[in-house]
Amino acid sequence: MSAAPLLLVEGLVKNFRGLRAVDGVSFSVGAGEVVALIGPNGAGKTTVFNMIAGVFQPDGGRVELEGASLVGLRPDQVCRAGVGRTFQLVKPFGNISVEENVLIGALRWTHDVGQARRRAREVLDLLGLADKRRQMARGLTLPDRKCLEVARALATGPKLLLLDEVMAGLRPAETDRMVETFRTLNRETGLTIVLIEHVMRAVMALSQRVVVINTGKPVCEGTPDEVVRDPRVLDCYLGQETP
Amino acid sequence: MSRQAILLGLLLAAFALAPLVAGPYLLSVLVVVMYFAYVGQAWNIMMGFAGQLSLGHTLYVGLGAYTAAALFVHLGVPAVFGLFASVAVAALAGGVVGSLGFRFGVKGVYFALLTIAFAEFTRILFEHIPGLGGPGGLFLPVGDRSGIDLVHLRGHPLMFYYLILAMTAGIFLLCRRLVRSRLGYTWLAVREDQEAAAALGINVFRAKLAAVMLSAGLTALGGVFFAFYYNNLFPNQAFGMNRSIEIILAPIVGGLGTLFGPILGALILTPLGEGITMATEAMGFKAAGIKQLCYGLALLAIVKFLPDGVWPWARARLGLEPGDGDGEDDR
Repeated sequence: MSAAPLLLVEGLVKNFRGLRAVDGVSFSVGAGEVVALIGPNGAGKTTVFNMIAGVFQPDGGRVELEGASLVGLRPDQVCRAGVGRTFQLVKPFGNISVEENVLIGALRWTHDVGQARRRAREVLDLLGLADKRRQMARGLTLPDRKCLEVARALATGPKLLLLDEVMAGLRPAETDRMVETFRTLNRETGLTIVLIEHVMRAVMALSQRVVVINTGKPVCEGTPDEVVRDPRVLDCYLGQETP
Repeated sequence: MSRQAILLGLLLAAFALAPLVAGPYLLSVLVVVMYFAYVGQAWNIMMGFAGQLSLGHTLYVGLGAYTAAALFVHLGVPAVFGLFASVAVAALAGGVVGSLGFRFGVKGVYFALLTIAFAEFTRILFEHIPGLGGPGGLFLPVGDRSGIDLVHLRGHPLMFYYLILAMTAGIFLLCRRLVRSRLGYTWLAVREDQEAAAALGINVFRAKLAAVMLSAGLTALGGVFFAFYYNNLFPNQAFGMNRSIEIILAPIVGGLGTLFGPILGALILTPLGEGITMATEAMGFKAAGIKQLCYGLALLAIVKFLPDGVWPWARARLGLEPGDGDGEDDR
């Protein structure tokens, strides 16, 4: 790992009216790494994402991308700095076509609509949505909407991709296909990924490192195999195996 | 050439040749049709493309009209130069309304209320400017109505007919370009979901401000036409709330966010209004408000049965749906 990690999160704190939603979360992600952020519902995972993405301003701590602080930036500025994100509750642009949805993502780095359209088609190919490109996005099934969410974020050409539960609601075969897509992207383009995920099948297959949080506090961090055996994780999240 | 381009060509040809067969009354109706198609198209940039509801668009009609008219009446500035001032004043006003609203997170219907408030207090302001005639109105010297003077916008009614035709065709082509541009796609994203748009690197504030200012500036040109065509301006008409509603009916009935919607809407509504007037008179109905009642019922029927507007329905019927693989998404 080089001097500055791609993403550095340190001592992150967020309060919502007296409730400390995130309390001292720290982790760093090197360029080309795939890191999963896991924990029970309400642990503060999405809040951490929202603070990285500029939706919420942290009440304490640092967020840095390649050594430059992201704190105080608006979501659009964070995106232009190189962070793409998906929303847990998908937000497709319903009344325009699938292709146009993705094209708008590509307009982040090009002013040429034709070029953006070509990029959109490549990304749709990659995610298996090519045959639905002319459909209105509102007509897509939930798995396809999740794919579209990823395609749109990917089209912005991010250095870091934040995936918020994109596998939730997918069938195992679809999960495997999506995992394979991310592995290929990571291997071939060096795309760095941080994912929030409950589908352990995806977490185990995809991530090189796992960060576990619970009630806003860091629990532990390690390789997927280490983490699933850690008693603290079993205790708060995965549950003990019945003897 | 796409089938939509053919339809556009046919419409243009029909309007261009209409004076050969139409009398003065029909021509004056067609001028009103095109005027509403023009300002409807301008309003549609803000609502149809960027999703920002303005219910006070007469603010920009009025400012555009009064600016060019006052420069002409008081300083003798020809309309050709005055219109630049009109566009600038209206765009600036749009910038003020937009930046105040968007900066402080005024959204949806609350933003719409804000636009009404600005139009209303500008109306009251203009009723108290003596140099502009106050409530008594500002009148433009009519001059010679036989010639053609495009510099001062004085002349024959036919000149105005072709002028508004050129404006309506021009704004259609401009909007057609816009929806296929980067800015146009940015607006669509903002219209559909502001949070998702921001996550894709779009500066939502700037995109909305651009929509308001462009829409305002273009609407002001309609105001300039209005002033020099009718030759009189009254604050309660130029800035009136009912005019704001009239402006938005054509694009809503025709189809929000579509290019043909405002034209089709104006083509339906203006003749409908005229037709109802004639029909009620012919049948001897003298009751007050009968025309408005019939008009309202007709509107109700259109909105009930074609909630997306007439154009999206007609487009499907005429086989003008955007084709596959052409790389363009016609609206």
